[in-house]
Amino acid sequence: MAGAGHESVTIPVDFHTGKSILRRFPAFRMGPERGGTPDRRGKPESGEKSVKLTGAEIIVQTLRELNVRHMFGYPGGVVLTLYDEIMKCPDIQHFLVRHEQGALHAADGYARVTGEVGVALVTSGPGATNAVTGLATAHMDSIPVVCLSGQVPSNLIGNDAFQEADTVGLTRSCTKHNYLVKDVNQLARVLREAFYIARTGRPGPVLVDIPKDVLALKADWENLGGRVDIPSYKPTIAGHTGQIRKAVKLLQKAQRPMIYSGGGAVLGNAAPELTQLTRALNAPITNTLMGLGAYPAQDRQFLGMLGMHGTYEANMAVTHCDVLLAVGARFDDRVTGKIEEFAPEAQIIHIDVDPTSISKNVKVHVPIVGDVKHVLARMNELVMEAPFRKHQADLAPWWVRIEEWRQKDCLHYDQDDETILPQYVIHTLYKLSRGELIVATDVGQHQMWAAQFYGFDRPRRWLTSGGLGTMGYGLPAALGALVAKPDQKVVLISGDASIQMKIQELGTAMQYRLPVKIIILNNGYLGMVRQWQELFYGRRYAASDMSATPDFQKLAEAYGAKGLLAEKPSQVEGVLQEMLDHDGTVIAEFRIRREYNVYPMVPAGAAMKNMILI
Amino acid sequence: MRHVLSVQVENEPGVLSRVVGLFSARGFNIESLAVAPVGDGTKSSITMVTIGEEEIIEQIVKQLNKLIRPGRVVDLTEGPHVERELMLVKVAAQQEVRAEVLRIADIFRSRVIDATPVSFIVEVTGSSDKLDACLALLTPLGVVEMVRTGKVAISRGDKRT
Ligand SMILES: Cc1cc2nc3c(=O)[nH]c(=O)nc-3n(C[C@H](O)[C@H](O)[C@H](O)COP(=O)(O)OP(=O)(O)OC[C@H]3O[C@@H](n4cnc5c(N)ncnc54)[C@H](O)[C@@H]3O)c2cc1C
Ligand SMILES: Cc1ncc(C[n+]2csc(CCOP(=O)(O)OP(=O)(O)O)c2C)c(N)n1
Repeated sequence: MAGAGHESVTIPVDFHTGKSILRRFPAFRMGPERGGTPDRRGKPESGEKSVKLTGAEIIVQTLRELNVRHMFGYPGGVVLTLYDEIMKCPDIQHFLVRHEQGALHAADGYARVTGEVGVALVTSGPGATNAVTGLATAHMDSIPVVCLSGQVPSNLIGNDAFQEADTVGLTRSCTKHNYLVKDVNQLARVLREAFYIARTGRPGPVLVDIPKDVLALKADWENLGGRVDIPSYKPTIAGHTGQIRKAVKLLQKAQRPMIYSGGGAVLGNAAPELTQLTRALNAPITNTLMGLGAYPAQDRQFLGMLGMHGTYEANMAVTHCDVLLAVGARFDDRVTGKIEEFAPEAQIIHIDVDPTSISKNVKVHVPIVGDVKHVLARMNELVMEAPFRKHQADLAPWWVRIEEWRQKDCLHYDQDDETILPQYVIHTLYKLSRGELIVATDVGQHQMWAAQFYGFDRPRRWLTSGGLGTMGYGLPAALGALVAKPDQKVVLISGDASIQMKIQELGTAMQYRLPVKIIILNNGYLGMVRQWQELFYGRRYAASDMSATPDFQKLAEAYGAKGLLAEKPSQVEGVLQEMLDHDGTVIAEFRIRREYNVYPMVPAGAAMKNMILI
Repeated sequence: MRHVLSVQVENEPGVLSRVVGLFSARGFNIESLAVAPVGDGTKSSITMVTIGEEEIIEQIVKQLNKLIRPGRVVDLTEGPHVERELMLVKVAAQQEVRAEVLRIADIFRSRVIDATPVSFIVEVTGSSDKLDACLALLTPLGVVEMVRTGKVAISRGDKRT
């Protein structure tokens, strides 16, 4: 728990003048300089003989063994022993969030940008229940997170003890796996397993619940370099060769091939292999919301996102293709619409590391269970062989049709001089930043506009809660990303309602000088809810009017951050530029047109081809 | 279709709730469930009967396999196997029907394991159909209460389940 932010709490106002002093900091770097030889405090290195340590020491040493450098958390009675130990360890920096949900989202954001396991620490009872939404969010999007939770002492479990909750019971269905460790001798093994399970196969959150007494009891510990052996858990990595050959044959004969790739391509770090295969096949490709960035958005073969708010060309191409290659995607209902009319003409090939994703919603013709990176690499080899190229079907007519669909220009918008349109804000942000930002979002219309108008050319730069759709995800996730990538710019695109779900994490941003740039597209409504009410509930805006929002500029200033406001289209570019140039935390509010919808749209349960265009 | 699944799990706290929780969370049916430790006590065997379309059964088996701790999952319905269930029936048998109860017990090769002047407890094992048939005959004679174990099953031949 070392770090500048820790040793003295940064008070964002000067006591004498009462003014913000934050601009005095030339560069908003977080934490201390790393490097040098950290204080080992006599703890053993790999290969040394085992030593007796307390549970708390075992946790810290095992985290070090697993190369954990950052964690997000919130203390409470039963975890103080552990906090005491973390504070002594200079290798692990702990970030105090403002709410445990924020700790989980921050760990999740950290994991999304790095591909490493994000780590959170919470106390028993309310700490653990607050963490549930964060775990569920990570679970739905398959994000590797390990959450350590304190538990009441073993002898009190089940006793309705103070701050007791059945954490393992509560989190069973929103974690990939969870543990209650009652025996200190099992602690190190469980931690190693937790990290291994979180990051391998289909990634996901793992929770380890640790009773207070276990933190103080002693056991032997030795550095095993993270080694684990779990006989009942062996994810399939290499795909079945026969199935891969069958898939390649199908793709070769396809006259109207289409690639549909999802979060799995990002999680499996398969962007290079995916790009190579797509180019070699000369096939059109679409990404799910979770897959954005796995294929360069600027490329001609990219048709944009598919699904409910996807592009016309992507949805039409899926509807009319004859071979669909699904890569690490799970046929979510926001993507398929009416199942019977999803890719009705296609033979479907599906690569997924999790067998339960295959043929869950849509019957698949060629299932390939395996890791995307491995399977795609193998497919690339086969595709590059001469016989493949010789017999490949001519795709020119298919591309002609696709270009016709593209001509519809379904994302077109007309910005006038009066009212700011959200698309214009994001499009301008994209141009000003040349697509180089890490972008986090909350949930709602702004999320969809961000997905449509900020083109990602690389993976792991897009943080959004797709599966659970958790409002409040964005700010803490952005902070997690900044901790992981302190030298990159991280922008949060949020709505006036979502930001208020986790606004308190501004405190975390200020304390650790995490210069997040927050864009609020303010429409004074729960915009996405209002859109559904407009379209499907006869414009009855029950409980979706949020016109009493705070003055976001003052709110920013109250935390010691910078506040900016744009009310006219002519101000948009200037405000965005000022926001990007400022080296501290900024809230930039954009008053956008109040009643305005995200299009295109496929109404829930309708067929993809029945899109509402604008 | 009814399927009999056999799941071998490590005997750790919470394993059963993991398995059962999966069924409730995903809306799968459990018709019956039988659990007991086997071998040296480090493992338990769960036999469950579930009903669903083929795709659902396929999902159930995949989902069970995905649980980290449970070990082997076998759909016994896919091959030759034997199923057995045990039932205990308490019949309030007065004078005139006592002989009839004993006769029925005999027909079903079941045993009387408790007898008082006014009651019998009959133990029946066999397929579910056999148990149902036996119960149907006993019911008019005055069944007071009845418990059944749920199915246990094992594959035929020399293969391990
Ligand atoms: C308001 C709102 C609107 C939305 N609208 C849309 C929309 O229009 N379009 C859209 O696409 N989504 C939309 N979503 C998101 C949607 O709900 C789903 O989250 C999303 O479609 C799922 O993406 P995915 O299929 O890529 O699966 P993910 O959830 O990313 O799952 C990844 C899949 O890849 C597999 N996998 C993981 N790692 C590997 C590996 N190494 N190798 C192989 N396989 C792997 C996993 O097993 C899993 O099956 C919306 C969400 C919200 C909140
Ligand atoms: C925690 C949570 N509660 C409720 C919802 C349902 N919901 C989805 S979008 C939305 C409105 C979001 O409003 P805002 O953040 O202002 O974004 P906008 O749609 O206006 O861009 C709501 C309430 C949700 N996704 N998450």
